[in-house]
Amino acid sequence: MSVLVAAEHRRGELREVSYEAITAGRELADARDTDLHVAVVAGDVDRFAEELNREGVDAIHAVADGEEFDHNAYQAAVSTLADRLDAGAVVTPNSVNGLDYAPALAEELGVPIVTDAVGIAYDDGLTVTREMYGSKVETTVDVAGDRFVLTVRGGEWPPAEGVGDATVETAEIEIPESGARVTGFEEVGGGDVDIADADVLVSVGRGIEEEENLELVEDLADALGATLSSSRPIVDNGWLPKNRQVGQSGKVVTPDVYIAVGISGAVQHVAGMKGSDTIVAINTDPNAPIFDIADYGIVGDLFDVVPELIDEFA
Amino acid sequence: MKVLVTVKEVAEADDDFAIEGTDIAESDLEYDLNEWDDYAVEAAVQLAEAGIADEVVTVTVGPERAEETIRMALAKGADRAVRVWDDALDGGFADVASKVDLFEAVVDEEAPDLVLGGVQAADTGFGATGVALAERIGFEHAAVVNDLDVDADAGVAHVHRELEGGVEELTDVDLPAVLTVQTGLNEPRYASLRGIRQAQRKEIAAKDLADLGLEAADVESALTITEMYEPESESDAEIIEGDASESASRLAEVLRDKGVGA
Repeated sequence: MSVLVAAEHRRGELREVSYEAITAGRELADARDTDLHVAVVAGDVDRFAEELNREGVDAIHAVADGEEFDHNAYQAAVSTLADRLDAGAVVTPNSVNGLDYAPALAEELGVPIVTDAVGIAYDDGLTVTREMYGSKVETTVDVAGDRFVLTVRGGEWPPAEGVGDATVETAEIEIPESGARVTGFEEVGGGDVDIADADVLVSVGRGIEEEENLELVEDLADALGATLSSSRPIVDNGWLPKNRQVGQSGKVVTPDVYIAVGISGAVQHVAGMKGSDTIVAINTDPNAPIFDIADYGIVGDLFDVVPELIDEFA
Repeated sequence: MKVLVTVKEVAEADDDFAIEGTDIAESDLEYDLNEWDDYAVEAAVQLAEAGIADEVVTVTVGPERAEETIRMALAKGADRAVRVWDDALDGGFADVASKVDLFEAVVDEEAPDLVLGGVQAADTGFGATGVALAERIGFEHAAVVNDLDVDADAGVAHVHRELEGGVEELTDVDLPAVLTVQTGLNEPRYASLRGIRQAQRKEIAAKDLADLGLEAADVESALTITEMYEPESESDAEIIEGDASESASRLAEVLRDKGVGA
Protein backbone atom coordinates (compact mmCIF):
# COMPACT_ATOMS: atom_id res chain seq x y z
CA MET A 1 0.00 0.00 0.00
CA SER A 2 1.60 3.22 -1.14
CA VAL A 3 1.20 6.84 -0.05
CA LEU A 4 -0.23 9.45 -2.43
CA VAL A 5 0.19 13.20 -1.95
CA ALA A 6 -1.94 15.58 -4.02
CA ALA A 7 -0.18 18.85 -4.82
CA GLU A 8 -1.90 22.21 -5.07
CA HIS A 9 -1.22 25.20 -7.27
CA ARG A 10 -2.82 28.47 -8.20
CA ARG A 11 -2.26 30.85 -11.09
CA GLY A 12 0.73 29.00 -12.41
CA GLU A 13 2.55 28.49 -9.10
CA LEU A 14 2.72 25.47 -6.85
CA ARG A 15 1.71 26.43 -3.34
CA GLU A 16 4.33 25.95 -0.62
CA VAL A 17 2.06 23.61 1.35
CA SER A 18 2.44 21.10 -1.52
CA TYR A 19 6.10 20.60 -0.56
CA GLU A 20 5.15 20.42 3.11
CA ALA A 21 2.57 17.74 2.32
CA ILE A 22 5.36 15.81 0.53
CA THR A 23 7.39 15.85 3.77
CA ALA A 24 4.37 14.55 5.73
CA GLY A 25 3.74 11.95 3.03
CA ARG A 26 7.37 10.81 3.14
CA GLU A 27 7.06 10.41 6.93
CA LEU A 28 4.09 8.10 6.39
CA ALA A 29 5.78 6.21 3.54
CA ASP A 30 8.86 5.58 5.71
CA ALA A 31 6.72 4.36 8.61
CA ARG A 32 4.85 2.01 6.27
CA ASP A 33 7.96 1.09 4.29
CA THR A 34 6.42 1.98 0.98
CA ASP A 35 6.63 4.33 -2.00
CA LEU A 36 5.63 7.98 -2.09
CA HIS A 37 3.61 9.06 -5.11
CA VAL A 38 2.68 12.66 -5.89
CA ALA A 39 -0.28 13.69 -8.05
CA VAL A 40 -0.48 17.03 -9.81
CA VAL A 41 -3.72 17.94 -11.56
CA ALA A 42 -4.39 20.74 -14.07
CA GLY A 43 -2.24 23.68 -15.17
CA ASP A 44 1.29 23.35 -16.53
CA VAL A 45 1.67 19.80 -15.22
CA ASP A 46 5.02 19.12 -16.92
CA ARG A 47 6.70 22.07 -15.22
CA PHE A 48 4.94 21.30 -11.94
CA ALA A 49 6.10 17.67 -12.13
CA GLU A 50 9.68 18.86 -12.50
CA GLU A 51 9.35 21.20 -9.52
CA LEU A 52 7.74 18.52 -7.37
CA ASN A 53 10.60 16.13 -7.99
CA ARG A 54 12.16 16.64 -4.57
CA GLU A 55 14.11 14.23 -2.41
CA GLY A 56 12.01 11.33 -1.19
CA VAL A 57 9.47 11.33 -4.01
CA ASP A 58 9.33 8.01 -5.90
CA ALA A 59 6.86 8.81 -8.65
CA ILE A 60 4.94 11.80 -9.97
CA HIS A 61 1.67 11.47 -11.84
CA ALA A 62 0.63 14.37 -14.02
CA VAL A 63 -3.03 14.75 -14.95
CA ALA A 64 -3.65 17.44 -17.54
CA ASP A 65 -7.16 18.86 -17.23
CA GLY A 66 -7.90 22.57 -17.37
CA GLU A 67 -5.82 25.37 -15.91
CA GLU A 68 -7.00 25.87 -12.35
CA PHE A 69 -8.43 23.90 -9.45
CA ASP A 70 -11.74 22.18 -10.10
CA HIS A 71 -12.95 19.93 -7.29
CA ASN A 72 -14.55 17.48 -9.67
CA ALA A 73 -11.32 16.96 -11.63
CA TYR A 74 -9.19 16.75 -8.50
CA GLN A 75 -11.47 14.20 -6.88
CA ALA A 76 -11.70 12.04 -10.01
CA ALA A 77 -7.95 12.17 -10.65
CA VAL A 78 -6.85 11.47 -7.10
CA SER A 79 -9.40 8.70 -6.47
CA THR A 80 -8.46 6.99 -9.74
CA LEU A 81 -4.75 7.22 -8.91
CA ALA A 82 -5.40 6.00 -5.35
CA ASP A 83 -7.06 2.91 -6.81
CA ARG A 84 -4.39 2.29 -9.44
CA LEU A 85 -1.52 2.77 -6.98
CA ASP A 86 -3.25 1.01 -4.08
CA ALA A 87 -2.63 4.15 -2.06
CA GLY A 88 -3.90 3.44 1.45
CA ALA A 89 -2.90 6.90 2.60
CA VAL A 90 -3.86 10.03 0.67
CA VAL A 91 -2.46 13.37 1.87
CA THR A 92 -3.67 16.79 0.73
CA PRO A 93 -3.12 20.35 1.97
CA ASN A 94 -5.70 21.53 4.51
CA SER A 95 -6.47 24.52 2.32
CA VAL A 96 -9.71 26.05 1.10
CA ASN A 97 -9.39 23.95 -2.04
CA GLY A 98 -8.22 20.86 -0.16
CA LEU A 99 -11.38 21.03 1.93
CA ASP A 100 -13.41 21.41 -1.27
CA TYR A 101 -12.59 17.88 -2.43
CA ALA A 102 -10.74 15.79 0.18
CA PRO A 103 -13.90 15.03 2.24
CA ALA A 104 -15.74 13.90 -0.91
CA LEU A 105 -12.70 11.83 -1.90
CA ALA A 106 -12.67 10.07 1.49
CA GLU A 107 -16.40 9.41 1.18
CA GLU A 108 -15.93 8.01 -2.35
CA LEU A 109 -13.04 5.81 -1.22
CA GLY A 110 -14.99 4.73 1.87
CA VAL A 111 -12.16 5.65 4.24
CA PRO A 112 -12.00 7.95 7.28
CA ILE A 113 -10.73 11.50 6.93
CA VAL A 114 -8.78 13.50 9.50
CA THR A 115 -8.37 17.18 8.68
CA ASP A 116 -6.04 19.95 9.78
CA ALA A 117 -3.27 17.69 11.10
CA VAL A 118 -0.38 19.46 12.83
CA GLY A 119 1.56 16.26 13.53
CA ILE A 120 1.46 12.53 12.85
CA ALA A 121 2.82 9.38 14.41
CA TYR A 122 2.60 5.97 12.85
CA ASP A 123 3.01 2.77 14.79
CA ASP A 124 0.47 0.03 14.24
CA GLY A 125 -1.79 2.66 12.81
CA LEU A 126 -2.07 6.37 12.31
CA THR A 127 -2.23 8.81 15.22
CA VAL A 128 -2.89 12.41 14.28
CA THR A 129 -2.18 15.45 16.42
CA ARG A 130 -4.68 18.25 15.88
CA GLU A 131 -6.12 21.18 17.76
CA MET A 132 -9.58 21.62 19.22
CA TYR A 133 -11.60 24.32 20.97
CA GLY A 134 -10.08 27.13 18.92
CA SER A 135 -6.45 26.10 19.49
CA LYS A 136 -6.86 26.00 23.28
CA VAL A 137 -6.00 22.29 23.40
CA GLU A 138 -4.24 19.68 21.32
CA THR A 139 -5.58 16.17 20.90
CA THR A 140 -4.22 12.93 19.57
CA VAL A 141 -6.68 11.01 17.42
CA ASP A 142 -6.26 7.32 16.61
CA VAL A 143 -7.54 6.22 13.21
CA ALA A 144 -8.95 2.69 12.90
CA GLY A 145 -7.76 0.65 9.91
CA ASP A 146 -4.88 1.35 7.56
CA ARG A 147 -6.61 3.43 4.91
CA PHE A 148 -7.39 7.11 5.32
CA VAL A 149 -7.34 10.61 3.86
CA LEU A 150 -5.31 13.17 5.79
CA THR A 151 -5.23 16.93 5.27
CA VAL A 152 -2.20 18.74 6.67
CA ARG A 153 -2.05 22.29 7.98
CA GLY A 154 0.35 24.66 6.22
CA GLY A 155 3.53 25.64 8.02
CA GLU A 156 3.69 22.56 10.27
CA TRP A 157 6.08 20.40 8.22
CA PRO A 158 9.26 21.67 6.60
CA PRO A 159 9.00 21.78 2.81
CA ALA A 160 10.64 18.89 0.93
CA GLU A 161 13.89 20.05 -0.61
CA GLY A 162 16.59 18.97 -3.04
CA VAL A 163 16.18 17.21 -6.36
CA GLY A 164 14.76 13.69 -6.36
CA ASP A 165 14.90 10.88 -8.88
CA ALA A 166 11.17 10.32 -9.23
CA THR A 167 9.70 8.81 -12.35
CA VAL A 168 7.24 11.15 -14.07
CA GLU A 169 4.21 9.68 -15.77
CA THR A 170 1.31 11.25 -17.56
CA ALA A 171 -1.89 9.70 -16.30
CA GLU A 172 -4.87 9.55 -18.63
CA ILE A 173 -7.96 9.93 -16.49
CA GLU A 174 -11.53 10.43 -17.61
CA ILE A 175 -12.97 13.48 -15.82
CA PRO A 176 -16.78 13.32 -15.61
CA GLU A 177 -18.97 16.36 -16.34
CA SER A 178 -19.34 18.66 -13.36
CA GLY A 179 -22.32 20.66 -12.15
CA ALA A 180 -20.00 23.20 -10.51
CA ARG A 181 -18.19 25.50 -12.95
CA VAL A 182 -15.49 28.01 -12.09
CA THR A 183 -16.22 31.18 -14.04
CA GLY A 184 -13.45 33.47 -12.82
CA PHE A 185 -11.45 35.00 -9.99
CA GLU A 186 -11.71 38.26 -8.15
CA GLU A 187 -9.07 40.08 -6.15
CA VAL A 188 -10.54 41.56 -3.02
CA GLY A 189 -9.22 44.02 -0.51
CA GLY A 190 -8.10 46.72 -2.90
CA GLY A 191 -8.86 50.29 -1.99
CA ASP A 192 -6.97 53.34 -0.84
CA VAL A 193 -4.75 51.75 1.81
CA ASP A 194 -2.34 48.88 1.36
CA ILE A 195 -1.59 47.56 4.86
CA ALA A 196 1.19 45.43 3.37
CA ASP A 197 3.15 48.65 2.73
CA ALA A 198 2.98 49.92 6.33
CA ASP A 199 6.06 49.99 8.59
CA VAL A 200 3.96 50.05 11.75
CA LEU A 201 0.54 48.42 12.09
CA VAL A 202 -1.91 48.77 14.95
CA SER A 203 -4.18 45.77 14.50
CA VAL A 204 -7.49 45.40 16.30
CA GLY A 205 -9.47 42.25 17.11
CA ARG A 206 -12.58 40.97 18.81
CA GLY A 207 -11.46 42.38 22.17
CA ILE A 208 -12.61 45.83 21.05
CA GLU A 209 -16.18 44.58 21.61
CA GLU A 210 -18.16 47.39 19.97
CA GLU A 211 -17.89 49.34 16.73
CA GLU A 212 -17.87 52.70 18.56
CA ASN A 213 -14.76 51.60 20.49
CA LEU A 214 -12.77 51.51 17.24
CA GLU A 215 -12.07 55.21 17.74
CA LEU A 216 -9.71 54.25 20.57
CA VAL A 217 -7.43 52.20 18.32
CA GLU A 218 -7.73 54.77 15.54
CA ASP A 219 -6.42 57.32 18.03
CA LEU A 220 -3.57 54.97 18.95
CA ALA A 221 -2.65 54.48 15.29
CA ASP A 222 -2.67 58.27 14.81
CA ALA A 223 -0.50 58.85 17.87
CA LEU A 224 2.04 56.29 16.68
CA GLY A 225 1.95 57.30 13.03
CA ALA A 226 0.80 53.76 12.30
CA THR A 227 -1.70 52.22 9.90
CA LEU A 228 -4.82 50.49 11.22
CA SER A 229 -5.46 46.84 10.37
CA SER A 230 -7.58 44.13 11.94
CA SER A 231 -8.32 40.47 12.43
CA ARG A 232 -11.18 38.74 10.67
CA PRO A 233 -14.15 39.34 13.03
CA ILE A 234 -13.83 43.10 12.67
CA VAL A 235 -14.18 42.81 8.89
CA ASP A 236 -16.93 40.17 9.17
CA ASN A 237 -18.89 42.67 11.28
CA GLY A 238 -18.47 45.30 8.60
CA TRP A 239 -16.60 47.64 10.98
CA LEU A 240 -13.57 47.91 8.71
CA PRO A 241 -13.25 47.20 4.98
CA LYS A 242 -11.79 43.92 3.73
CA ASN A 243 -8.51 45.58 2.67
CA ARG A 244 -7.66 46.02 6.38
CA GLN A 245 -7.81 42.31 7.17
CA VAL A 246 -4.60 40.52 8.16
CA GLY A 247 -4.53 36.73 7.86
CA GLN A 248 -4.81 33.69 5.66
CA SER A 249 -7.78 35.00 3.71
CA GLY A 250 -6.71 38.63 3.96
CA LYS A 251 -3.29 40.20 3.58
CA VAL A 252 0.06 38.81 4.62
CA VAL A 253 2.00 41.63 6.30
CA THR A 254 5.59 41.97 7.49
CA PRO A 255 5.88 45.40 9.11
CA ASP A 256 8.73 46.51 11.37
CA VAL A 257 6.31 46.64 14.30
CA TYR A 258 2.94 44.89 14.62
CA ILE A 259 0.81 45.83 17.62
CA ALA A 260 -2.02 43.33 18.18
CA VAL A 261 -4.75 44.86 20.32
CA GLY A 262 -7.42 42.47 21.60
CA ILE A 263 -6.43 39.77 19.11
CA SER A 264 -6.27 36.20 20.47
CA GLY A 265 -4.06 34.96 17.63
CA ALA A 266 -5.99 32.24 15.83
CA VAL A 267 -3.81 30.27 13.44
CA GLN A 268 -5.43 31.93 10.40
CA HIS A 269 -4.48 35.35 11.74
CA VAL A 270 -0.95 34.36 12.74
CA ALA A 271 -0.33 33.06 9.22
CA GLY A 272 -0.72 36.64 8.01
CA MET A 273 1.58 38.45 10.43
CA LYS A 274 4.14 36.09 11.94
CA GLY A 275 6.84 37.51 9.65
CA SER A 276 6.67 40.92 11.35
CA ASP A 277 10.02 42.07 12.83
CA THR A 278 8.63 42.98 16.25
CA ILE A 279 5.28 41.78 17.54
CA VAL A 280 3.54 43.42 20.50
CA ALA A 281 0.38 41.92 22.00
CA ILE A 282 -2.13 43.47 24.40
CA ASN A 283 -4.70 40.93 25.59
CA THR A 284 -6.59 40.04 28.76
CA ASP A 285 -6.14 36.28 28.37
CA PRO A 286 -2.62 35.21 29.41
CA ASN A 287 -3.14 31.92 27.52
CA ALA A 288 -4.02 33.64 24.23
CA PRO A 289 -1.90 32.10 21.43
CA ILE A 290 -0.85 35.58 20.29
CA PHE A 291 1.63 35.62 23.21
CA ASP A 292 3.36 32.55 21.73
CA ILE A 293 4.64 34.60 18.82
CA ALA A 294 4.85 38.02 20.51
CA ASP A 295 8.16 39.66 21.40
CA TYR A 296 6.50 41.93 23.97
CA GLY A 297 3.23 41.34 25.75
CA ILE A 298 0.95 43.16 28.13
CA VAL A 299 -1.60 40.96 29.90
CA GLY A 300 -4.26 43.52 30.59
CA ASP A 301 -7.43 45.25 29.51
CA LEU A 302 -6.94 47.18 26.28
CA PHE A 303 -9.41 49.79 27.53
CA ASP A 304 -6.99 50.57 30.38
CA VAL A 305 -3.70 50.20 28.53
CA VAL A 306 -4.42 51.86 25.18
CA PRO A 307 -5.44 55.30 26.57
CA GLU A 308 -2.26 55.35 28.67
CA LEU A 309 -0.22 54.43 25.60
CA ILE A 310 -1.85 57.23 23.58
CA ASP A 311 -0.93 59.66 26.38
CA GLU A 312 2.70 58.51 26.17
CA PHE A 313 2.84 59.58 22.53
CA ALA A 314 0.57 62.63 22.74
CA MET B 1 -37.67 25.47 -2.83
CA LYS B 2 -36.75 23.93 0.46
CA VAL B 3 -33.58 24.76 2.39
CA LEU B 4 -32.08 22.50 5.01
CA VAL B 5 -29.59 24.13 7.38
CA THR B 6 -27.21 22.07 9.48
CA VAL B 7 -26.91 23.73 12.88
CA LYS B 8 -24.48 22.61 15.55
CA GLU B 9 -24.37 23.52 19.19
CA VAL B 10 -20.69 23.95 19.95
CA ALA B 11 -18.81 24.06 23.20
CA GLU B 12 -16.42 26.88 23.99
CA ALA B 13 -13.83 26.54 26.73
CA ASP B 14 -13.62 29.18 29.47
CA ASP B 15 -10.33 31.12 29.78
CA ASP B 16 -9.49 28.89 32.73
CA PHE B 17 -10.36 25.29 32.17
CA ALA B 18 -9.44 21.81 33.34
CA ILE B 19 -9.02 18.73 31.21
CA GLU B 20 -10.71 15.58 32.49
CA GLY B 21 -9.66 12.48 30.60
CA THR B 22 -9.87 13.28 26.90
CA ASP B 23 -12.13 16.32 27.08
CA ILE B 24 -12.48 19.65 28.82
CA ALA B 25 -14.42 19.48 32.09
CA GLU B 26 -18.13 19.97 31.50
CA SER B 27 -18.24 22.79 34.06
CA ASP B 28 -15.66 24.76 32.03
CA LEU B 29 -17.63 24.65 28.78
CA GLU B 30 -20.20 27.12 27.49
CA TYR B 31 -22.57 26.05 24.74
CA ASP B 32 -23.68 28.22 21.88
CA LEU B 33 -24.80 28.18 18.26
CA ASN B 34 -21.78 27.55 16.03
CA GLU B 35 -20.70 30.92 14.65
CA TRP B 36 -20.42 29.67 11.04
CA ASP B 37 -23.89 28.09 11.23
CA ASP B 38 -25.33 31.43 12.34
CA TYR B 39 -24.38 32.80 8.90
CA ALA B 40 -25.92 29.74 7.24
CA VAL B 41 -29.21 30.28 9.11
CA GLU B 42 -29.20 33.94 8.09
CA ALA B 43 -28.59 33.03 4.45
CA ALA B 44 -31.52 30.60 4.52
CA VAL B 45 -33.87 33.08 6.21
CA GLN B 46 -32.91 35.74 3.64
CA LEU B 47 -33.79 33.28 0.86
CA ALA B 48 -37.20 32.79 2.50
CA GLU B 49 -37.74 36.55 2.84
CA ALA B 50 -36.83 36.99 -0.83
CA GLY B 51 -39.52 34.47 -1.75
CA ILE B 52 -36.95 32.01 -3.07
CA ALA B 53 -37.25 29.47 -0.25
CA ASP B 54 -40.69 28.18 0.79
CA GLU B 55 -39.45 26.43 3.88
CA VAL B 56 -36.32 26.53 6.05
CA VAL B 57 -35.70 23.44 8.18
CA THR B 58 -32.76 23.10 10.56
CA VAL B 59 -31.13 19.81 11.46
CA THR B 60 -28.97 19.32 14.53
CA VAL B 61 -27.13 16.31 15.86
CA GLY B 62 -27.15 16.82 19.60
CA PRO B 63 -28.69 15.91 22.95
CA GLU B 64 -31.77 17.55 24.47
CA ARG B 65 -29.57 20.32 25.88
CA ALA B 66 -29.14 21.58 22.27
CA GLU B 67 -32.82 22.58 22.04
CA GLU B 68 -32.07 26.00 23.50
CA THR B 69 -29.64 26.64 20.64
CA ILE B 70 -32.08 25.24 18.11
CA ARG B 71 -34.78 27.61 19.43
CA MET B 72 -32.38 30.45 18.71
CA ALA B 73 -32.23 29.44 15.04
CA LEU B 74 -36.02 29.11 15.00
CA ALA B 75 -36.36 32.56 16.59
CA LYS B 76 -34.27 34.00 13.75
CA GLY B 77 -36.77 32.68 11.23
CA ALA B 78 -36.30 28.98 10.50
CA ASP B 79 -39.69 27.25 10.21
CA ARG B 80 -39.04 24.01 12.08
CA ALA B 81 -36.24 21.79 13.31
CA VAL B 82 -35.11 18.19 13.39
CA ARG B 83 -32.92 17.07 16.26
CA VAL B 84 -31.13 13.76 15.94
CA TRP B 85 -29.75 12.01 18.98
CA ASP B 86 -29.25 8.50 20.26
CA ASP B 87 -27.52 6.89 23.22
CA ALA B 88 -25.19 5.27 20.68
CA LEU B 89 -23.80 8.75 19.90
CA ASP B 90 -23.13 9.62 23.53
CA GLY B 91 -19.54 9.98 24.67
CA GLY B 92 -17.78 9.00 21.45
CA PHE B 93 -16.06 11.23 18.90
CA ALA B 94 -18.20 10.95 15.78
CA ASP B 95 -16.25 10.71 12.55
CA VAL B 96 -17.34 12.45 9.36
CA ALA B 97 -18.93 9.34 7.84
CA SER B 98 -21.14 8.83 10.93
CA LYS B 99 -22.46 12.37 10.73
CA VAL B 100 -23.03 11.93 7.01
CA ASP B 101 -25.06 8.78 7.76
CA LEU B 102 -27.36 10.80 10.01
CA PHE B 103 -27.69 13.77 7.66
CA GLU B 104 -28.26 11.50 4.67
CA ALA B 105 -31.24 9.92 6.43
CA VAL B 106 -32.68 13.37 7.19
CA VAL B 107 -32.10 14.53 3.61
CA ASP B 108 -33.98 11.43 2.40
CA GLU B 109 -36.98 12.45 4.52
CA GLU B 110 -36.88 16.18 3.86
CA ALA B 111 -35.81 16.23 0.19
CA PRO B 112 -34.26 19.73 0.25
CA ASP B 113 -33.09 21.60 -2.87
CA LEU B 114 -30.32 23.36 -1.00
CA VAL B 115 -28.34 22.36 2.09
CA LEU B 116 -26.46 25.11 3.93
CA GLY B 117 -24.05 24.65 6.81
CA GLY B 118 -21.09 26.40 8.35
CA VAL B 119 -17.59 25.84 6.95
CA GLN B 120 -16.60 24.20 10.21
CA ALA B 121 -17.62 23.70 13.81
CA ALA B 122 -15.78 25.99 16.21
CA ASP B 123 -15.03 23.18 18.68
CA THR B 124 -13.79 20.29 16.55
CA GLY B 125 -12.73 22.34 13.51
CA PHE B 126 -13.00 19.48 11.00
CA GLY B 127 -14.55 21.39 8.10
CA ALA B 128 -15.42 18.20 6.23
CA THR B 129 -19.04 17.16 6.85
CA GLY B 130 -20.77 19.30 4.22
CA VAL B 131 -18.59 18.26 1.28
CA ALA B 132 -18.68 14.58 2.33
CA LEU B 133 -22.48 14.79 2.61
CA ALA B 134 -22.73 16.20 -0.92
CA GLU B 135 -20.77 13.22 -2.25
CA ARG B 136 -23.01 10.76 -0.40
CA ILE B 137 -26.35 12.23 -1.49
CA GLY B 138 -25.28 13.06 -5.04
CA PHE B 139 -25.60 16.85 -4.68
CA GLU B 140 -23.20 19.37 -6.16
CA HIS B 141 -21.22 21.40 -3.65
CA ALA B 142 -19.00 24.38 -2.93
CA ALA B 143 -16.90 24.90 0.19
CA VAL B 144 -16.08 28.19 1.95
CA VAL B 145 -18.74 30.34 0.31
CA ASN B 146 -18.65 34.05 1.16
CA ASP B 147 -21.06 35.36 -1.46
CA LEU B 148 -24.32 33.71 -2.52
CA ASP B 149 -26.89 34.49 -5.17
CA VAL B 150 -29.49 31.81 -5.83
CA ASP B 151 -31.25 31.78 -9.21
CA ALA B 152 -34.04 29.33 -8.47
CA ASP B 153 -35.55 29.49 -11.97
CA ALA B 154 -32.26 28.54 -13.59
CA GLY B 155 -31.53 26.06 -10.79
CA VAL B 156 -28.11 27.58 -10.14
CA ALA B 157 -26.35 29.10 -7.14
CA HIS B 158 -23.79 31.74 -8.11
CA VAL B 159 -21.20 31.72 -5.33
CA HIS B 160 -17.84 33.16 -4.41
CA ARG B 161 -15.41 30.84 -2.65
CA GLU B 162 -12.97 32.61 -0.35
CA LEU B 163 -9.50 31.35 -1.21
CA GLU B 164 -6.36 32.24 0.72
CA GLY B 165 -4.60 35.55 0.13
CA GLY B 166 -7.51 37.83 -0.72
CA VAL B 167 -8.65 35.97 -3.84
CA GLU B 168 -12.19 34.78 -4.47
CA GLU B 169 -13.17 32.07 -6.91
CA LEU B 170 -16.45 32.63 -8.77
CA THR B 171 -18.37 29.41 -9.29
CA ASP B 172 -21.78 28.42 -10.64
CA VAL B 173 -23.18 25.44 -8.78
CA ASP B 174 -26.18 23.51 -10.12
CA LEU B 175 -28.92 22.74 -7.62
CA PRO B 176 -29.50 20.64 -5.64
CA ALA B 177 -26.33 21.51 -3.79
CA VAL B 178 -24.59 21.62 -0.43
CA LEU B 179 -22.82 24.90 0.33
CA THR B 180 -20.56 25.48 3.31
CA VAL B 181 -20.79 29.04 4.50
CA GLN B 182 -17.93 31.29 5.64
CA THR B 183 -18.30 33.98 8.28
CA GLY B 184 -18.89 37.42 6.79
CA LEU B 185 -21.33 36.12 4.14
CA ASN B 186 -24.05 38.32 5.63
CA GLU B 187 -24.98 40.03 8.88
CA PRO B 188 -26.66 37.48 11.11
CA ARG B 189 -29.65 39.07 12.82
CA TYR B 190 -30.46 39.04 16.49
CA ALA B 191 -33.66 37.23 17.33
CA SER B 192 -36.53 39.63 17.94
CA LEU B 193 -38.79 39.23 20.96
CA ARG B 194 -41.57 38.30 18.60
CA GLY B 195 -39.31 35.75 16.95
CA ILE B 196 -38.41 34.27 20.32
CA ARG B 197 -42.10 33.94 21.24
CA GLN B 198 -42.95 32.35 17.90
CA ALA B 199 -40.04 29.93 18.24
CA GLN B 200 -41.65 28.43 21.34
CA ARG B 201 -44.49 27.13 19.18
CA LYS B 202 -42.35 25.80 16.35
CA GLU B 203 -41.77 22.10 15.99
CA ILE B 204 -38.51 20.40 17.03
CA ALA B 205 -38.85 16.80 15.90
CA ALA B 206 -36.59 14.51 17.94
CA LYS B 207 -35.35 11.44 16.12
CA ASP B 208 -33.19 8.53 17.20
CA LEU B 209 -31.32 6.06 15.05
CA ALA B 210 -34.31 3.72 14.73
CA ASP B 211 -36.51 6.60 13.54
CA LEU B 212 -33.98 7.19 10.75
CA GLY B 213 -33.68 3.52 9.84
CA LEU B 214 -30.15 3.29 11.20
CA GLU B 215 -28.38 1.07 13.70
CA ALA B 216 -25.61 1.71 16.20
CA ALA B 217 -23.15 -0.04 13.88
CA ASP B 218 -23.83 2.59 11.19
CA VAL B 219 -22.47 5.34 13.39
CA GLU B 220 -19.49 3.54 14.81
CA SER B 221 -16.60 5.99 14.62
CA ALA B 222 -13.23 5.21 13.03
CA LEU B 223 -11.69 7.93 15.18
CA THR B 224 -10.87 7.88 18.89
CA ILE B 225 -9.46 10.78 20.87
CA THR B 226 -6.69 9.24 22.95
CA GLU B 227 -5.23 12.33 24.60
CA MET B 228 -6.04 15.96 25.19
CA TYR B 229 -3.59 18.44 26.65
CA GLU B 230 -2.74 22.12 26.67
CA PRO B 231 -0.05 22.82 24.09
CA GLU B 232 3.22 23.92 25.61
CA SER B 233 3.65 27.64 25.29
CA GLU B 234 6.52 28.45 22.98
CA SER B 235 6.42 32.01 24.14
CA ASP B 236 9.65 33.89 24.66
CA ALA B 237 7.81 37.17 24.89
CA GLU B 238 8.90 39.73 27.41
CA ILE B 239 5.74 40.17 29.46
CA ILE B 240 5.61 43.76 30.61
CA GLU B 241 4.42 43.88 34.23
CA GLY B 242 2.80 46.63 36.23
CA ASP B 243 -0.47 48.54 36.15
CA ALA B 244 -1.80 50.06 32.94
CA SER B 245 0.20 53.25 33.34
CA GLU B 246 3.48 51.52 34.17
CA SER B 247 3.18 48.92 31.43
CA ALA B 248 2.17 51.56 28.83
CA SER B 249 5.18 53.62 29.83
CA ARG B 250 7.56 50.67 29.43
CA LEU B 251 5.95 49.68 26.11
CA ALA B 252 6.30 53.28 24.86
CA GLU B 253 10.02 53.03 25.62
CA VAL B 254 10.27 49.80 23.61
CA LEU B 255 8.33 51.28 20.71
CA ARG B 256 10.45 54.45 20.62
CA ASP B 257 13.55 52.25 20.52
CA LYS B 258 12.11 50.69 17.36
CA GLY B 259 11.60 54.14 15.87
CA VAL B 260 7.83 54.24 16.34
CA GLY B 261 6.25 57.65 16.80
CA ALA B 262 9.51 59.40 15.96
